[in-house]
Amino acid sequence: MNSNSLVTIADLTKEQILHILKQAQFFEEHPNHRILEGKVVATLFFEPSTRTRLSFETAANRLGARVIGFSDAGTTSSSKGETLKDTIKMVSNYVDVIIMRHYLEGAARYATEVTDIPIINAGDGSNQHPSQTILDLYSIYKTQGTLENLTITMVGDLKYGRTVHSLLMAMRHFNPTFRFVACDELRMPREYIEFCRDNNISYTEHTDFSADVINSSDIIYMTRVQRERFTDILEYEKVKDLYNLCNSMLDDSRDNLRILHPLPRVNEISYDVDDNPKAYYFTQAKNGLYARQALICNALGIDILKHHTTNG
Amino acid sequence: MADKKELAVAALRNGTVIDHIPSNMLFKAVKLLDLENVASQLTIGNNLNSKRLGAKGIIKVADIFFTDSVINRLALIAPTAVINVIRDYEVVEKHPVILPDVITGLVKCDNPKCITNNEPMKTRFTVVDRSAGILRCDYCSHSVTTDRATIL
Repeated sequence: MNSNSLVTIADLTKEQILHILKQAQFFEEHPNHRILEGKVVATLFFEPSTRTRLSFETAANRLGARVIGFSDAGTTSSSKGETLKDTIKMVSNYVDVIIMRHYLEGAARYATEVTDIPIINAGDGSNQHPSQTILDLYSIYKTQGTLENLTITMVGDLKYGRTVHSLLMAMRHFNPTFRFVACDELRMPREYIEFCRDNNISYTEHTDFSADVINSSDIIYMTRVQRERFTDILEYEKVKDLYNLCNSMLDDSRDNLRILHPLPRVNEISYDVDDNPKAYYFTQAKNGLYARQALICNALGIDILKHHTTNG
Repeated sequence: MADKKELAVAALRNGTVIDHIPSNMLFKAVKLLDLENVASQLTIGNNLNSKRLGAKGIIKVADIFFTDSVINRLALIAPTAVINVIRDYEVVEKHPVILPDVITGLVKCDNPKCITNNEPMKTRFTVVDRSAGILRCDYCSHSVTTDRATIL
């Protein structure tokens, strides 16, 4: 077990989150900072995820590290029946940090228990995806200048969307107000509603994606409503376009409002929003690079801010 | 004579008596404590009258003293159970079972996509709500209540 591993956003304190965001900011200003020269980073993707893998690998490369790994478990010995434990132990002999994505829930937690090399969870099934949360937080921080006292509206699939769950949990440190906009089938699960209550987070639930909701938001976090989530296909047809955002809906929104989306989007944000300066989802994805540079350094116990000061 | 007959099974010189096990959990308790394989004298009674439970089960096992970590596993299936430790015919200890904070290798996670159902490894649950008996998988975070938990 390496204490620098990152399995879930809940592992991080408020101070740690803020420190990682400051480091991300540093990397945005100095993206090619070859502080990991001589280090080897493994990206073990037991489940394909091109976007996340490329982002992590770019982050490692820009830090000067070398990258080994695989992008599909079908090409590895896990397809021959090798256990996760054996794969992790074997790779641990070679590298300084392991970034892993797995289709099974809890895989990353288990990996931390079988090795002393730090593990970064790049998604385990529908469980946790902390690097997405860090980049979401960084995007909010950057666009609003703070994480404190913001009104955040989450729209779409609030039931299965792990990104909204993790963001909700991470925001508990920052006195947010949440608006949850979803149809009954996809509303925020009870456990997260209870989480809000337990942490004195104010929230309201809506089935209408109304002007009132939009115009009182600092952040709108859109998610995709997926057809396969519905048991009743008629129900899907009924709600699929209720939570789509188009440009005219933003006419009276706050100046500081920014639209976030974990991507890929389908039609929940229409293309006419893309040119609105309030559309932030593509920059949000770019922020993922800096957030992941910060996370890799953090896992290796490197404080880039201290390092930078010491080295002038 | 009747007294003598009763004593033949009831009296324990040294050992453990586990009382107040709900009747429907008795055989699960036997299995959980791995009593199927003990060589010493073992008495199992079931459907005995109980003011508290209506019907209860009881286990008496000679010369075996359980560690807390083993006996407290019973709290999962028989939270009402009471442990009596007998030495030289005297009850020297009497206490209820206590649900441990962490339960390792005992409960199956009911999430088929949980790593614990796909790797040769022990499960591990944290008790998150003692009064409601809610356990949470340390790996995938799925919750299960003690009365619905599948015992491995």
